[in-house]
Amino acid sequence: MNQLISVGVDGVIYSAWLFTAALGLTLVYGVMKIVNVTHGSFYALGAYAAASLTGAWLAAGYPPMLSYLVLLAAALLVSVVVAPVIERGILRFMYAKDEVVILLITYALFLVLEDVIKLVWGVNPYYIAQPYALLGSFTVGGLAHPTYNLILVVLALVSGLGLTWLLRGTRVGKLLRAVIHDPEVSRAMGINVNRYYLVTFTFGSMLAALAGAFTAPTVSVVPGLGVEIIVLSFAVVVIGGLGSLPGAALGAVIVGMVRSASVHYWPEVELFVIYFVMAMVLAFRPRGLFSLAEPRKI
Amino acid sequence: MFLVTMACANGLVALGLMLLLRAGLVSFGQALYFCLGAYAAGGIGRFFGVSDIFLQMLAGALTAGFFAFVLGFLLARYRGIFFGLLSLALSMILYGLLVKSQALGSTDGFNIQPSTLFGIRPGPEWVRYSVLASAAIVALGLALAVHRYLRTPLGQLGPAIKDNEIRVEYMGASARRAVHVKYVIAAVLAGVGGALAATTVGHIDPQMAFWTTSGEFIFITILAGIGSVVAPFAGALLYGIIHTTAYDLSPNTWQMSLGLSLLLIIVFLPEGLWSLVRKMRMQNARHS
Repeated sequence: MNQLISVGVDGVIYSAWLFTAALGLTLVYGVMKIVNVTHGSFYALGAYAAASLTGAWLAAGYPPMLSYLVLLAAALLVSVVVAPVIERGILRFMYAKDEVVILLITYALFLVLEDVIKLVWGVNPYYIAQPYALLGSFTVGGLAHPTYNLILVVLALVSGLGLTWLLRGTRVGKLLRAVIHDPEVSRAMGINVNRYYLVTFTFGSMLAALAGAFTAPTVSVVPGLGVEIIVLSFAVVVIGGLGSLPGAALGAVIVGMVRSASVHYWPEVELFVIYFVMAMVLAFRPRGLFSLAEPRKI
Repeated sequence: MFLVTMACANGLVALGLMLLLRAGLVSFGQALYFCLGAYAAGGIGRFFGVSDIFLQMLAGALTAGFFAFVLGFLLARYRGIFFGLLSLALSMILYGLLVKSQALGSTDGFNIQPSTLFGIRPGPEWVRYSVLASAAIVALGLALAVHRYLRTPLGQLGPAIKDNEIRVEYMGASARRAVHVKYVIAAVLAGVGGALAATTVGHIDPQMAFWTTSGEFIFITILAGIGSVVAPFAGALLYGIIHTTAYDLSPNTWQMSLGLSLLLIIVFLPEGLWSLVRKMRMQNARHS
């Protein structure tokens, strides 16, 4: 029983983390039809920015309790600076190209950003364990879990619900849905589609950076962070259906629970099982679980 | 020497990707077959003591071909990014399996004995030459075979599928079958390439199935272009040269130079470097 409970707790935490990491990917695909490999770079950028800013914050002797805000600020800062450069500087000239070609372009940008990160931060690992250890731990079913992990759950809920509200409840969201539905007609109706693309890309990247920033205290920040996360996010998003928010949530829960169960009961298949689920879903629902029928174009 | 042999191996994989690319399909998981080929070659060496280079390549080709035949029934239904993402998932499954399998050395992989040639064990100074020669022969043979294949009706369906699949169906051809066949051919080529890479490097590990490996192959294919069967090999050689020089000059920025050159190619030469060759030929023809 205890083990079942800890599978559940681990699963929830891992799902929350996955959801935050994958949310931006599905948003960017939903609006811009871009499978954005640079998402992984923004995750890594967020982690690195958080590591150095929080490190500086703590070294300067400011109150460690506020370091969580510093994590947040780091993610915002790095994505607001870098994402518009990429979107305005490169991606906006590519929208006419095929989806697959844009995928390759973001892959090329991903390679470039990987090395930019190495140039800026070097190749040595960064540790900022303090925010992680600060909150102590709580006990469920006889096992102690770091309280910090609850922050990840809150972060996932806030970003998921916030984005849903933004899309459903606000004027901007309605206009954005119009852009999703038909960019050309929206443009004709006087919506500044380019600006929406810019905002969406920045916002999606910001979500990746947030996920990275809040993961940074739990791991050692090393080169190659983004390489791992990008395929995981792909798996989550593809299971749920590319471009669907509830889909991303469902995908995150499925992958999170499956992984947590396999870690507890059968650790050998941990990695295998995630992609196996992805392949099975794609085999039976090619466009993911939350997908709508699409017209076949002649 | 090493560069040229690896160019043969990578070129074979890129040749397969080129076939798929001609049909408008980008496989983000060709590393699956590359890795299968390598492990098949390594496996028969490790468990049955077979180290003949041609048998290893055959084992790689058969294993990759078998899996591609089975998985092809599934994959041939997909197009565009879904084809890419599903093949990515499949290669990551293999990666996940290999990383955790103790018998195959888990993340470390295992070493491969120097290869023999028809039962003859070449002296240490000759091993590299014999591997290179066999690699070159096999690569040449397969390239010629693919060249022939591209002239057959089935081979010429590739660009047609890319342009308009429904018209292909109306014409009476089965797009799905054509894609399936191409997929199996591509996998066999990748399997041979993997086996070659395994004997050349002398070591195999699960990283060969990771998605970044697939990315490198796509890089080579895009760099080379889809104009000719020679292009992938030229592309692979160029990739090797860019890779080693960039790595020598500054080990922390070689990925950046790869990324930048990929970006430049996509933007300025969407047909790949081979389109330059074709342009030059056309100009020569006009002058003479």
